[in-house]
This record gives sequence, structure tokens and C-alpha cells, in this order.
Amino acid sequence: MTENKKNNNNFSFTKENLLLAERELKKYPKGREGSAIISILWIAQRQNKGWLSSDIIDYIAKFLDLPQIRVMEIATFYTMFNLNPVGAHHFQICGTTPCMLSGSEKLKSLLYEEIGEQSSVSKDNLSWVEVECLGACCNAPVIQINDDYYEDLAVTDLKNIIDDLRNKKEIKPGSYKDRLSSAPDNKNIQILTEDEIEEIAKNRTKPGLEAKNA
Amino acid sequence: MSKKILINGREYEFEENLTLIQALELTDIEVPRFCYHDKLSIAGNCRMCLVEVKGAPKPVASCHFSLSDLRPGPNGELPEVLTNTDQVHNARKGAMEFLLVNHPLDCPICDQGGECDLQDQALHYGINKSRYKENKRAVDNKNIGPLVKTTMTRCIHCTRCVRFTSEVAGTEELGAIHRGENMEITTYLEKGMSSELQGNIIDLCPVGALTSKPYEYHARPWELRKTESIDVMDGIGSNIRIDSKGSEVMRIMPRYNEEINEEWISDKTRFIWDGLKTQRIDTPYIRENGKLIAVSWDRALTLLTKLIKKTDPGRIGAIAGDMVSAEEMFLMKKLMEKIGSNKYDCRQDGSILGNQYGRSSYIFNPTIAGIENADAIVIIGSNPRMESPVLNARIRKRWLTGNLNIYVVGQEHDLTYDYTFIGDSPKSINLKNIPLNGSKNIIWLLGDDVFLRDDGMDILSQVIDCAEKTGAIRDDWNGVAVLHKYASRVAGLDLDFLPQDEKHTAQKMASSSEIELLFLLDADEIDAKNKHTVYIGSHGDRGATNADIVLPGACYTEKNGLYMNTEGRLQETNRAVFPPGDARDNWKIIVEISKRVKKSLNYTNFEDVRAGLRKEYPIFTNINHIESDTFQCLDQLSDQKQKLNGDAFSNTITDYYLTNSIARSSKVMGECSMQKNSIEIKNG
Ligand code: SF4
Ligand code: FES
Ligand code: FES
Repeated sequence: MTENKKNNNNFSFTKENLLLAERELKKYPKGREGSAIISILWIAQRQNKGWLSSDIIDYIAKFLDLPQIRVMEIATFYTMFNLNPVGAHHFQICGTTPCMLSGSEKLKSLLYEEIGEQSSVSKDNLSWVEVECLGACCNAPVIQINDDYYEDLAVTDLKNIIDDLRNKKEIKPGSYKDRLSSAPDNKNIQILTEDEIEEIAKNRTKPGLEAKNA
Repeated sequence: MSKKILINGREYEFEENLTLIQALELTDIEVPRFCYHDKLSIAGNCRMCLVEVKGAPKPVASCHFSLSDLRPGPNGELPEVLTNTDQVHNARKGAMEFLLVNHPLDCPICDQGGECDLQDQALHYGINKSRYKENKRAVDNKNIGPLVKTTMTRCIHCTRCVRFTSEVAGTEELGAIHRGENMEITTYLEKGMSSELQGNIIDLCPVGALTSKPYEYHARPWELRKTESIDVMDGIGSNIRIDSKGSEVMRIMPRYNEEINEEWISDKTRFIWDGLKTQRIDTPYIRENGKLIAVSWDRALTLLTKLIKKTDPGRIGAIAGDMVSAEEMFLMKKLMEKIGSNKYDCRQDGSILGNQYGRSSYIFNPTIAGIENADAIVIIGSNPRMESPVLNARIRKRWLTGNLNIYVVGQEHDLTYDYTFIGDSPKSINLKNIPLNGSKNIIWLLGDDVFLRDDGMDILSQVIDCAEKTGAIRDDWNGVAVLHKYASRVAGLDLDFLPQDEKHTAQKMASSSEIELLFLLDADEIDAKNKHTVYIGSHGDRGATNADIVLPGACYTEKNGLYMNTEGRLQETNRAVFPPGDARDNWKIIVEISKRVKKSLNYTNFEDVRAGLRKEYPIFTNINHIESDTFQCLDQLSDQKQKLNGDAFSNTITDYYLTNSIARSSKVMGECSMQKNSIEIKNG
């Protein structure tokens, strides 16, 4: 599947990243530093514009005193690690059931049209890949672009996002429905008065709150 | 602690630290399995070993369910395990169906066919029809070197191969990349494997994903004649099974022997067989006008008889090689004595290790299995990984269990375990340098290369001295261990196949003009100059090319013979195939020569020879037995001490794959050597 390309320059951690990495190492007992591998790979991936080249794998294997294949196993197991170059904006679109039911398939075909094949970098430096559940199913469909989640996306929203990115405009993370995080839609929100809350508490039969029929 | 349980209604009692599968094995109940292997760690990922445990909500994997986890019933009934219910059968059937989802079912073109765990178990747990319409996944084959062929689509991800390379072989090269449906077994970026034990993953792989590359499409297991024998590639005498078809050896497999090789063999042992068929001498040759020409036995022997008669007996010598059997050396010695010469040596490498200090001074006293009881090992002038990869794996096995200190005096190599480097010369062998306090069972491992040095015996004396001071020589433990890398050396020393005089050691005989006629009994590692040489052996290697008379003999797969391994354990090879062409058993050749020179050795058949050997050397009587002994004349030895010189130790094995004439004839070994060298060049 993914084959690991070589980077031309020889990789080594920058000063700040080296400090970060050493801090991670300290979390584990002596002789078990290998356990820090995920954080270390992550730091390296961020330093290298979002992907891990084979010289990074070599570097980290030496850094953690692990065989290269053990590092490779971890790097290929998690989809958060990319073994091929990615664009400046890397879209990770969730294709798992809740997102699929809420329309991620359509988003996917848009990404396909706009950016191209999965895991390839477009001319305007965008790339995308389908991933499993991003853990934000209540805001399905969800796309992660670099570090942020973009939720409740309609096809037009995604189109706008892509256009904005191309025009170097800021894009807004979070929900694209009229709501706060995963709270109900703003128009459906009902704010209880103090009295109403008391009333509910009084009529409570079982432990826990049970809303009365409005 | 022991624990009573019911298995299929019958009551048994086991030690509590067993796993369920081990307990079931003790009761002879067969449990199907793919990932479990008793010499590897437990993975529990194939789910084929499911059994029913009363009270458990679902079937449990018996390979990683400990007996101590079994709970009694609500009224204190014994815990009950069932292996023959419908639930168990269906569960295993289900596991099998999943394993087959992506399996190509290409048994007719698969080398594993006929000895495939998947095939065998599908007979009981397979269903005759697939319920899947989906496409099967396909996986690219990996090129992991000249020995192991991969057909990765067949892999069922049991990870035995991965566990073997990281646990037993100690070279973490194989791994499983990606996950779920995309999981693949591979080396890092498809590098070739470097382990000297990699061939074992072929046996471990329960399916046909890893098969033998040299043996590819050569034969089916049921066509092969199986002969139990032993290996002569190194000094430990791994137990092997020679599989042959017609007159050809098709492959070599390990045979289980807990005392020696467990169930592993080294790659040289396993893949040497193509060397048994190439470069063979199949007819006698004599040198005429500088060229070797093929002649009849009669002509060659007549010429030889003339030569012997014309030469002063005191100027005839004999050198035995490293793969000859005890019987052959015995006869050679007899022949020499009859002719009237006492100049023979079995140490063509120039070793000065003799037998004057008792058997204990030249064998691996603690025994190979005894390594597991050691708590400290001092390795002196040896690279066990090259000299005996299987023994090295034993050291690693012991090391993995913890509390083992390993010290190395000599060259620093990657031995697959951690060690403390003490120094590179014999001067470092002293108790001040080596912190052995508190260790009880210490092994002082001496490589046989130590005895290529002038101060070899001084080193031995120093080591015995240290061993005594550290309490490593007791009634129940003798920690002095000489690791021989040659299969016939210990037998040679036992047989006293040694020169009476220091002037007549193998190397001196080869170079001095005092010797005019020299017999080379399968001896290829020595250059004889300015004399007539007679080569009796199997391969057209160094010995034969320079000889004046070449008599074609049999190699170890073609003869019965006794061998002493480095522990001093007696073992025997059995004939699997006949020698090619006009070649004959070496013992027959020697007896024939004796008849021609009218000094007849009175042996008519092989049993006579063996009986004669046993009569004179009773030590060759009990197969598989180690005749223990003590040191002798140690006081003389300790007089020698204190002459240790400061030269660094060196190891003679520069290329593991090409250490003897058979290996040099093998194409496969040549490829391995090339790959190894190219890796080394790359890594600088
Ligand atoms: S290659 Fe063979 S031994 Fe290795 S994981 Fe696959 S099936 Fe198991
Ligand atoms: S299914 Fe898409 S975030 Fe969980
Ligand atoms: S043998 Fe028990 S799970 Fe594989």
C-alpha cells in the first residue's frame, strides 16, 4: 500500500522539538523509552510538514534505540501518521457509519473532484484521505483539516472551505450548522427558567433527571 | 501448586502455572492451533484453539488461558473444560472460516501442500463451500533474501515468524505493518534478512506463506524418504532429518532434540544440500603431466600402492578433515600404524589442543542444555553466533529470562544479547576484571580459535584456574566449556588421532619436506607443499585440486558414522542416499588400500569396523551419551601458566556461509555470503 518515500535532506529534530521529545522520554522508566514512540513520531511528523519519510523512521529508530521495523509497524498502524507527503491542508474525512449516513459520501466525491485521488497532493497543495471515526459522530459528517474539526458539513460548506483555502482566506473550525459545539440547533434551544427546573426536580421519580413532556 | 480440573468429564490434576493448551496436551487431547508455539511467546491471535469453559460466557482461547484462572462452580464443583462439544466445534469452524476469507486456497501450486497446518485442520474444521462473494485481498510478495520464499497472500497473520526472529534469533527484522485487512508481514523496506537461523521460520509458518526458496517446486512431502541423521556443519551436531527422493537429497529439516538444538537448525545446516550435489568427485583421478585425469579405481589404487611402497614409512603422514566420522579416523589411524607411521593429526586448522589433560579439558562440560542453568557466562576468544548459531540462540534464550551476566574477552561482535566487554587479549582473563561475585553456575566458554595461539594452553590453564577459584568446577557443575566448530574434532581427540611429536602437527606436515606422502582424509583447509598428496573425500575443493591421487568418497548424508559433538556426546549419521558415480564409502577405501599394501585391516563390513572401534575405544558405545570425565595432570598444565601474551584474540570465521568444502560448493551458500557482504559494505 503506502510505500515510504525518501526525503532528500537528512532529518534531525530542531532544538525545540528535541526538548519536547526528551520531555516525552522522561515519562517512561529507564529502558522502556521505546514507549514514547507515538509522541515522538508525532513531533517528527509536525516538524516535517505532516509526513514521515524513511530517513525520519531511521532517525527515530536510532533515537529510541528500536529496530526500524518496530517503528515502521507503529507508523503504519495509525492513520494519524502519513508516510507520503501531504498538502499544506490535509483533509481527513470520516467515512464511518454515522458520518456516512449523514452524507460523507457526497463530501468524498467533492474532494475527489476538487483535489484528486486520495493521498495525492494537488497543485494548490491540498490533499485528502478517508479515515475511520473521528470521535465526533454527533456532529456528523466531520472532516479534520490539519488540527481542527469541521463539522455538520453540507457539500456547499465544503466547497466554500476549499475555495477559501485556495484564496488564502481564513476558515472557521467547528460546526457549520447554526449551533454551539454539539448543542441542539440554536432555533430549537429551549432555556428553562428556575421554576421549571424546580418543577422537574420535584417530579423526579427515578434518580437522574427526566424531562416532563412540554 | 497443583489444581484439579475436569476435562470432558474426567478428572485430572495439573500444576497451576500451565496454560490450558499445555494441560490438554498432557492429556493427549489434540487442540488445533496456528499461532501458539511452545518455544515462542503467546500471541493468541488465530482463535483456532478455542475450548469451552463451564461458566464462561463464550469459548476461550486455550493457548492463553491459565489454569490458575479457572474458577470452581457455584457449589464448589471442580472447574470444567470441554473440548468436544458442538459449541467448540462450531467456534473453531467459525475461526477457520474467517482465516480462509482471504486465503487463496492455492494448495495445488503451494510447496507447503501435504504438510500444511491449515490444510490439515481444514479437514476437520473447514466447510466445503465459501459464503463470501467479495474479492479476496492480494498481497505483494516480499523479497527477503535467498533462503525464504514468500507468498504473502497465503499469510494468516499468526505472527510466529515475527516472534521467532525477535525472540529466538534475536534479529528484529520481521514485522507486521499496516492493520486490519491491510496487515502485511515484511522486513523493513523489504531488506534481506540477516539471521543465521532464518530458515526456521519456514518450519514455523503454519501455511505456505514462507517456504524454502532453494527447494521451490522440487518435491512433495509424501514422495520423500526420511532419514534421521545428524549435521556436521558445526560442532554441536544438530539433529536433522534428511529428506531424499531417488538418489538425491531434496532438503534437510530439523529433528527435535531438547538437549542439543531444541527444534532449530542453522541456515548452513538446512540449506547446504545443493552443495551435496555440485562439485562432487565421482571417479578416481590421478595427476599426469600436471593434469588430473579420470581413471579406474584399480589404476588409482595401483599407483597409490606403488607410492606407499616406495616411500619410507616414516615419511608418510595423514591429516583428517573436519567432517569425517570416528570410524574413518579409526581406520586411517590403523592403516598408518600398519604401514609403520605415527604421523597423523586431526587438527588441520593448526590447533594445539590435545587430549593430555583429560576429556574435560576439551569438551563443552556444562552441556548445551546446561546453559539454561548458568548465571554467568564468560566468552573467551569466540564468536558463538558464527561458530554455532543454535548454541548462541540457547545463550540468548537464557539471557532473555534475566539474571544472566555475560562477559566477553576477545572480539566484539553483535551476539544478539547484551554483554560486558572485558578486553581483547588473554591478559584480561583474571578475576579482578570480571565481576563474578555471587554467581554460582559460571560457564567459561572458550572458542577453539583460542588454541590456534601459541599461548592457547596457558589460556586454558588460566581459565581452569579462574573456574576453580570461582567455584565453577564442582561435582554437580563443570563450567569449563570448549566450543568446537568442527564436527569431528572431539572424536579425533578421543581417538588420539594426534601426532606423537610436535614436529608432526598437521600444518608442519603439510609444509615440511620431511613428509613425502600425505593422506588428506577429507581435509580441505590445508595447503600441502612439495609432496605427493592423496585426497580421499567427496568434493572437488582445495584438497582435491592440489592432490596427486584423488579417491572419491562419501559425504555425511551418504554414510553411517559416529560423531562426537562439542559436548562429547556420541551421535550417529545415517545413510540417506548413496554416493554418486564410482564414489565409495571412505571406510571401504581405507580398507582397500590396506589390502593393496598387504597390511590388511581385517574388516569385511561396516559392523565389524564399528565393533572394532568400540572394542578399542569403549567411549564410542552409547549413542546420545556423554561420557563425563575429569581433568588430568592439571598440575602440569598450571605450570605452563603466566605466559599469556598481549595479542588480541581473533576469530577465524570470516564468512559464516563458506566454512567447509560442501558449503563452498553450494550455490545457495554463495548467494547468502554475497548478500551478507553487500549488507556489510552498505553499512560500512
Ligand atoms: S508468514 Fe506464516 S508465520 Fe508469518 S505471520 Fe504469516 S502465516 Fe504466520
Ligand atoms: S462516524 Fe464520523 S466521527 Fe464518528
Ligand atoms: S493458538 Fe490459541 S489463539 Fe492461536
